[in-house]
Amino acid sequence: MKKQIEGSQAVAHVVALCRPEVMACYPISPQTHIVETLSRKVKAGEVGNCQFLNVESEFGALSVLIGASAMGARTYTATTSQGLLFMAEAVYNAAGLGLPIVMTIANRALGAPINIWNDHSDSMSMRDSGWIQLYAEDNQEAVDLHIQAFRLAEELSCPVMVCMDGYILTHAYESVDLPTQEQVDAYVPAFEPVQVLDPQDPVSIGAMVGPEAYAEVRYLAHHKHVRALEAIPRLSQAFQDIFQRPSGGLLDPYETEGAETILLALGSVNGTIKDAVDDLRKEGWPVGSVALRSFRPFPSHVLRHVVQDAKRIIVIEKDLAMGKGGIVSSDVKMALRGLPIIVDTVIAGLGGRPIPKTSVIDTVKRACLEGLEEPHFLDLNWEAINRELTRQQEQRRSGPTPENLLREMGVPGAKPV
Amino acid sequence: MSYQRVKFYQTGTFTVGNRLLDESDRTVQAGMDRTNSLDSGHRACQGCGEALGARYALDAVMRATHRQMVAVNATGCLEVFSSPYPESAWQIPWLHSLFGNAPAVASGVAAALRAKGKTDIRVIAQGGDGATVDIGFGCLSGMFERNDDVLYVCYDNEAYMNTGVQRSGSTPPRAWTNTTQAVGTDPGNPMGVGKNLPRIAMAHGIPYVATASVADLHDLEAKVTKSMAIRGARYIHIHVPCPLGWKSDPAHTIKVARLAVESGLFPLFEAEGGHVTDRTRIRNKVPVERYLELQGRFNHLLHPRDESALGAIQAMADANINLYQLLSSEA
Repeated sequence: MKKQIEGSQAVAHVVALCRPEVMACYPISPQTHIVETLSRKVKAGEVGNCQFLNVESEFGALSVLIGASAMGARTYTATTSQGLLFMAEAVYNAAGLGLPIVMTIANRALGAPINIWNDHSDSMSMRDSGWIQLYAEDNQEAVDLHIQAFRLAEELSCPVMVCMDGYILTHAYESVDLPTQEQVDAYVPAFEPVQVLDPQDPVSIGAMVGPEAYAEVRYLAHHKHVRALEAIPRLSQAFQDIFQRPSGGLLDPYETEGAETILLALGSVNGTIKDAVDDLRKEGWPVGSVALRSFRPFPSHVLRHVVQDAKRIIVIEKDLAMGKGGIVSSDVKMALRGLPIIVDTVIAGLGGRPIPKTSVIDTVKRACLEGLEEPHFLDLNWEAINRELTRQQEQRRSGPTPENLLREMGVPGAKPV
Repeated sequence: MSYQRVKFYQTGTFTVGNRLLDESDRTVQAGMDRTNSLDSGHRACQGCGEALGARYALDAVMRATHRQMVAVNATGCLEVFSSPYPESAWQIPWLHSLFGNAPAVASGVAAALRAKGKTDIRVIAQGGDGATVDIGFGCLSGMFERNDDVLYVCYDNEAYMNTGVQRSGSTPPRAWTNTTQAVGTDPGNPMGVGKNLPRIAMAHGIPYVATASVADLHDLEAKVTKSMAIRGARYIHIHVPCPLGWKSDPAHTIKVARLAVESGLFPLFEAEGGHVTDRTRIRNKVPVERYLELQGRFNHLLHPRDESALGAIQAMADANINLYQLLSSEA
């Protein structure tokens, strides 16, 4: 049933249809509308016997789910940004224990400076934690990926993050095709845990493992991701069979046929990128794009196959590895090693900075005509940066950097950046 | 239930011989069907108070729940010495996640049991003083505040023993640890610091809070058994000497624990809904020096004598005796 609905409400709607048994939540913008809606649904008795715990922190939230999942319950939470960092120890622990928890990340920047707007710094910080990471391009996909996430997590006994851009998706009203309970029940089978706390059959879960077996245990966790590379497309196909629409998969190529330059990105910016590709194609530029759905596992072989005939890949990423540059582009370079393809890194959209179509188009043209410095920062205010660098050279006690920048800029929004 | 004809005298105490008790009052460990929740093969040190306390506490829970129990363990000595695969000493469903989250993990187990309608299975969480009063304090307070159906047991050996004896929020004033060295002015842990977690637990208004000691294992079992008859958040704080960290003779573990109780430094009491309801009265009060002198961690207070510190510690014991009416004949 198509409905004009906020992204968070739509996600909460399908999470409830997936019949979670325990949810533990701690509020943080822009995740709040998801957990508020779920708390209402649970209280209203719309989610069976589901237990909704209001906890004291994100660390507590994921820890509750670790206990509940080990007890054999289907579990869900949502967080973002500082919340994800605060639960970091439990994030690694849940993956290490092989507990199939599903968590929404309403992607948001990391402080300091504190910033509530969208980028991918938060989920990128957990890229090596052992969680599968799926990125939604729009709210329909956010809905669909959550349904697939429960089945994927429980099939592999591996936790899954569904990443959706904070505000851009969580707070956007779009037309979304909401599934029925019957469809979801047909797709998501009952949870059959591979390990469970059971007084009739007592086991020790989470005990110490020394050098004699730790590496093997970690390899087997990695092997789940290897299996996920096969499972994600298969479950995407199974999804289409029931819900009658394509959704999910490892990546989504757009106009890659004959494309010499291919843009690659995660999440909602792919909408802008597809518009830029259309415009560039009209002007005769042989350009295409790839939306990466699965960042962990990273679909190296599929990506290599899809872009092998291109000359240039421009990775537009909403994150920054300080002292290095791009996080996604590093993985892309590894995937394409040995191929004569240039990989550019474009750092864009940090802390909610808009990524206008015109900037994308200009960057593609510049890359093709002149090449790009590595990494390239999209739409950076170099004048402000250079003023601040000069100040810092001249004055030892130069003061808080963000305040200095904003003083120079005047009232935010009053002048073009 | 069948019983061995065992002798359980503890000479010099007021403990009655086990065989003289009515069968229903006898200690869990004397039963032929005791469960050995924490079995042989663990790697605890000689004289470990924590291993002793854990065995008695968990076997009492096993009896009270008819073996329908799940245990969650914080990181720490108990976790490390009991569990390395493939030699786990646990004969119960047992889950270790992290150092600071055992109360929340246990809340999750309890929530799953509610969701599945299996509320006959009970959950306990356990950790040392570091996991409880320091790193896991936030999660513990959350579990208390939500009144989740969890018994949390803290084995308090008054420092981070697993990492090699460093100070915790439960380390007593003036004690030596590796991060409160016995050097400089006022050597050892500063006076006037530290947390009293049983009282903080009481301030949450939870149904049941108790302190216990390995010096009185029958009392410990009785408190654990009582707590399992109650639903909601419960907290038992057990004093467990650590010969390694306290620099005491492994043969003196029970003796040291008893002197902590009889000096008033570790009061034994129960509280329900935030109010003290019962206490174990001291029948043979001893000066704190008798307790301190058996432990190398207090050597610097006695050689040479630090009258000011000894007086301050005696004052703490006397304050406890006064607060909990440990000497008064009417309770």
